[in-house]
Amino acid sequence: MTDQFASPELLRIVALTLEVSGAALLIATLAGVPVGALVGLLHFPGRRLVTLALYTGMGLPPVVVGLFVYLLLSRSGPAGGLGWLFTPAAMVAAQAIIAFPLVAGLTMSAVSGVERTVYQQVVALGASSWQTGWTVLREARIGVTAAIVAAFGAIISEVGAVMMVGGNIEGQTRVLTTAIVLHTRQGEFAMASALGLTLISLAFVANALLLRLQGGVRDR
Amino acid sequence: MARDVVYRLESVRQEYDGRVVLDIDRLDIARGETLAVIGPSGSGKSTLLRLLQFLEAPSEGRVSFEGREMNGRVALATRRRVSTVFQRPIALTRSVEANVAYGIELRGRRPDAGEIRGLLEALDLAPLARRPAASLSGGEIQRLAVARALATRPDVLLLDEPTANLDPRNVRLVETLVQERRALGMTIVLATHQIFQARRLADRIALLLDGRIAEAGPAQALLDRPADARTRAFLSGEMIY
Amino acid sequence: MVRQAWRRLAIVLLGLLLSAGGGDAKAGRVLRLATTTSTEDTGLLHAILPSFEQRCGCRVDVVAVGTGQAIALGRRGDADVLLVHARALEEQFVAEGHGGPRQPVMYNDFVIVGPAGDPAHAARARTAAEAFRRIAARSAAFASRGDKSGTHVAEQAIWQAAGVCHEGSWYRSLGQGMGETLTLANEVPAYTLTDRGTWLSMRGRLDGLRLLVGGKNPAENEDPSLRNEYSVIVVSARRHPGVAEGLAQQFAGWLRSPGTQQAIGRFGVERYGQALFHPDAGRQR
Repeated sequence: MTDQFASPELLRIVALTLEVSGAALLIATLAGVPVGALVGLLHFPGRRLVTLALYTGMGLPPVVVGLFVYLLLSRSGPAGGLGWLFTPAAMVAAQAIIAFPLVAGLTMSAVSGVERTVYQQVVALGASSWQTGWTVLREARIGVTAAIVAAFGAIISEVGAVMMVGGNIEGQTRVLTTAIVLHTRQGEFAMASALGLTLISLAFVANALLLRLQGGVRDR
Repeated sequence: MARDVVYRLESVRQEYDGRVVLDIDRLDIARGETLAVIGPSGSGKSTLLRLLQFLEAPSEGRVSFEGREMNGRVALATRRRVSTVFQRPIALTRSVEANVAYGIELRGRRPDAGEIRGLLEALDLAPLARRPAASLSGGEIQRLAVARALATRPDVLLLDEPTANLDPRNVRLVETLVQERRALGMTIVLATHQIFQARRLADRIALLLDGRIAEAGPAQALLDRPADARTRAFLSGEMIY
Repeated sequence: MVRQAWRRLAIVLLGLLLSAGGGDAKAGRVLRLATTTSTEDTGLLHAILPSFEQRCGCRVDVVAVGTGQAIALGRRGDADVLLVHARALEEQFVAEGHGGPRQPVMYNDFVIVGPAGDPAHAARARTAAEAFRRIAARSAAFASRGDKSGTHVAEQAIWQAAGVCHEGSWYRSLGQGMGETLTLANEVPAYTLTDRGTWLSMRGRLDGLRLLVGGKNPAENEDPSLRNEYSVIVVSARRHPGVAEGLAQQFAGWLRSPGTQQAIGRFGVERYGQALFHPDAGRQR
């Protein structure tokens, strides 16, 4: 079984897992941190509603997101022309949607937690609105890093969305979680467990890297 | 006026939730002068400083800066010519050095390592330069705040009880710096309840009682021969302590 | 130094984004085949598809889902060709104009497996319906796929023929695939209806179960209600613009060609001692 395990197919699965979740995390971070920061910093009409929407989004079941994205990307659906269904692009899209509320919601929470006295201090030192926002965001950076870590954990371990919009196609859209489902279904528990351990190790290493980056920033 | 007026407050009232915290008929602050604002806690000293830093606009009245009325939005460039050391300063979560450089970076200038080092040394913070500011004691943060404000090379320096948490040695360090800036022509407004400090540092003193200026005048004169009965009462109360 | 690390991370992630989204530009043509999990789990497609991919210079993406979902994919034009085994659902699909005709490819049979001890004496039955009657009479544990798959549809037909009610805690409707259902049946242990192909490929891991009704090979399986027929259905490009109908027709033709039919008939013989599927293209429908 060991040479079945260390096969090029497995490497492909691991690589695709990282590509899909990595790309989705990047998109969710680029969109989610600014959105979360703005909602945390500014008071505008409807702020409560947006907060509620983000918190609700954090609890969205991945399989439901997968269903919606499938209906969107289906040839019979509004975005069928993109041709993304059953390709990694659809998986990235679905996971980005899952990750976004986590990044934005937890960033918003971290930014809101920065004391109001910091704002006054920073403005008195000559900060413009943008500079104030940026400084407050930096003060909240531990919370923001946690947001990214949480989002990564959520998407690398989800199976419902990638299964539905990816189709678990061998060599094309098979990732660790869908491969585990496949082997479990076929009763190959040893292989499924080995894949599971691989997934956990990946998550462990990725989080260690993220925490290292955060730790490096703290005492600059 | 012989000297250039930097600030002019006319009929200024500041209200919070219907409570009047500041009520000043007229106050002029000249360029290059050091004005000490004394008075008991809650008399409106901090509020006055906030108005001068343009953090708030008055409920009524006019605050003019260099002859121009400051109403509504104050230009960023103007705001940046004034720096404040707060009563309870906040250190950002970065190193002491980086905190001092912060104001400079905000203004788009490159921090001068030598200048920063000089300020830190003057306030006996040099050994702590690389340490995270979060690990500093209250007194150390106070000194950091002074360094940080001075690093921005402001035209106006506002100090709200800048030595409240400091031991005599560190008080002297701060006051030395303030006197150096005074000699260089910086306009300084110092809120303090320490009469002796006011005597040491100020050209003029204004006594604030319940948001109103009870008396204002040259420092020595006010302290030695107060004109107003309230001033006498306040000063004698202070001197007993 | 930390800024550098963040920048490097961003570059890596950006690279991932591009590589993930880019997909396989070099593959050229892609044929999307929707089939059932039980079909894929036998390994047949994995074995024979490379030959077609070489021939057509294309790539076949196999999406293996439940029968209902596979047909739904065809209905929405998300698959180019279907390979399924649920006659009633297939006929409905074709009648609604989504594609067709149904072209026979292969068949195998269903068998009834159950606890090695056979408490309901199902092995004594001569037909599937009779076996089900015996199981119900004894309220013996029964595991059903419950997922509108071909197997499930066939199972429901047998219950109907048996004329017995299958309500009760002994009847467990799982909503899962054949592999999971067999695994659960092995654990309980319970009776279940399974296609012979999955049974043969998983038998080594199911030592609590025994084949009770259906004989040792399809030739011995006389009950027509246990016959499991696979058809290939091309999705209509007129109804669903964008599907690769030309390639799908080529695939259907290849699947039913003598060479492939032979390969299908040989699959599994070495490993399981008998074929998992029997060529059926020659049969008239």
